[in-house]
Amino acid sequence: MALIPNIIFYVLIFLSVYAQVFFLVTFLENRKKIVIRNEKTKLNKYKTVTIVVPCWNEERTVYKTIRSLLALNYPQDKLKIFLIDDGSTDGTWNIIRKFEKYPNIKIFQKENGGKYTALNLGLEHSETDFFGALDADTVADPESLIRIMSYFAGDKNIMAVVPSVTVYNPKNFIQNIQEVEYHMGVYTKKMLSFLGAINVVPGPLTIFRRKVFDDLGPYQHGHNTEDMEIAYRMQKNNYKIEHCNDAFVYTNTPSTIMELYKQRLRWVYGFINNTIDYRDVLLKKKYGNFSLFTLPTGVISILALSYLFGKVIYDLINFLHLKFITFNTIGWNLSIKNNNFDLFFINTNSYVFLFFLIYLLVIFGIIFGRKMSKGKWVLSFNMIYFLVVFRFLAPFWFLKAMYNTILKRKPAWR
Amino acid sequence: MIDWRKYLIVFFITVGLFVTAGYLSDYFSNKKINQIKSIQDQIAINILSSETQFSLLQELSCNNVSGSLLSDELDEIGNKLEWGQKNLGSTDEVSYLKKYYSLLQIKDYLLMKKISASCKIKSAFILYFYTTAENCSECERESLVLSGLREKYSELRVYSFDYSTDLSAVKALLKIYKIKDTELPALVLGDELLTGFQGIKELEGKVQKVFKLQETKPNGNT
Repeated sequence: MALIPNIIFYVLIFLSVYAQVFFLVTFLENRKKIVIRNEKTKLNKYKTVTIVVPCWNEERTVYKTIRSLLALNYPQDKLKIFLIDDGSTDGTWNIIRKFEKYPNIKIFQKENGGKYTALNLGLEHSETDFFGALDADTVADPESLIRIMSYFAGDKNIMAVVPSVTVYNPKNFIQNIQEVEYHMGVYTKKMLSFLGAINVVPGPLTIFRRKVFDDLGPYQHGHNTEDMEIAYRMQKNNYKIEHCNDAFVYTNTPSTIMELYKQRLRWVYGFINNTIDYRDVLLKKKYGNFSLFTLPTGVISILALSYLFGKVIYDLINFLHLKFITFNTIGWNLSIKNNNFDLFFINTNSYVFLFFLIYLLVIFGIIFGRKMSKGKWVLSFNMIYFLVVFRFLAPFWFLKAMYNTILKRKPAWR
Repeated sequence: MIDWRKYLIVFFITVGLFVTAGYLSDYFSNKKINQIKSIQDQIAINILSSETQFSLLQELSCNNVSGSLLSDELDEIGNKLEWGQKNLGSTDEVSYLKKYYSLLQIKDYLLMKKISASCKIKSAFILYFYTTAENCSECERESLVLSGLREKYSELRVYSFDYSTDLSAVKALLKIYKIKDTELPALVLGDELLTGFQGIKELEGKVQKVFKLQETKPNGNT
């Protein structure tokens, strides 16, 4: 290996190991603080909450979403539900209208303007101290809201609480491996919560104090990731975001590689461009771990996976080139036959051990995240599939997002 | 607000993990080098023993000597050394082993030549001189041709020498056959010197010619 690529390679590995160890140390420090409640939760005082459901062509899923809100273990008179049709062209509006008769539900119809405009319309009409949204492709667990609200009751400084998002009814391979990823996300989010460094307040059932919007202004476009932009804005102003790990919401996930690609392209494009917009926050100690850990880790993981991808492609081309030369020189019949397995030829470079370590730490995160989500320790092949498949797929959306950023091309929502 | 101590501790843990990974890698490299070393020692003993046996018994016991030597051990070591040169860090050790390997090849060549002549064994010997890919664009292809031929003809023995090997015995070979670094790859088949890339068909023809010559000769004695 040439010297400079070799140095870059090892620096990226060092930073990746650093990030994973940082998560592990955070876990060891805080593991006793991770509480998972299994019984029905009760509060002394129930604050009124507005939950907005922004919809754009969600006829397939919105009914279940609304039903899950109506089934929440929370006094319905303390729950205001706004159903906002953001210019759907399918049957969404007809489904929404069926819920008009409920006393705590208000329905709105507007011209299509993007998700953040629908959320802002909800904000304008909301009069409660707590405000949140629930994406129309998501189902909330009956205990989710009350558990989230219990966090606010315990600490006045908490400005937003995010739930644990997992996959709704995974059916095929692509959804099964996403479930693994979401389980890892539960672990990661909890660790970032301990570090005060959460960078996304996801659309499914994040609840804010109304004060956040009064102080910092309404939702913004945020490169089609308004839930990331508002989190960056909150972190810039040192507003505390917590993760309520035992509040579960179940989201519908892409079922094909193409849908997954489009969703991830939007996310990564959002990450890159929001980070560029908030570059003045990067690596400044006054913005805490968000600026010194979360953002650099995100940048490193994009660079590391893209670099590795480049290396794999380079090696593959070299391999094919050699096969081609072999064929040209001696033909197929004589090509090397003696492929006897010999331990001697196993690569024992130091990076192999470090890769192994990184994967072990990631798998630990997945297993613990799964334990937090499902309440039991489970191992499954899907973990391996996830690691292998995402290792090869993720670089496609990483590289495309970088390409789009450079050429200023905006990815579509779907 | 920021726990700098934690950033520092994680840094040291990461450095520790890097050092451990480096140590593990070194440990396995050394194990591999030792493995090559011990196989080479074994081969050296085998060659020495055969040489001794041959001079003790002279031509009386061709049956005993021939079979034991025609082994693939030298090839196996060759492959491992080549891989080691690309993948193992400690180049000093590997280049030392490579010198040792060259010497063993020369000894094997001389002995086998003697045995095959005395015992009338069908055989062909190729001395192959190569150098790094940067200085010899065709060497990689020539190696492929030779591996292909060796696989097809078990009686063909190929001895490969890196032109840059710093060993007087190899230098002597270069001198004997007047091999220049500008003419690599170079092959010596029988007594014929072939320079530049030799395709599989032409080389195969030449090898077969050597075999035929042996069949027509009434007596292999020189």
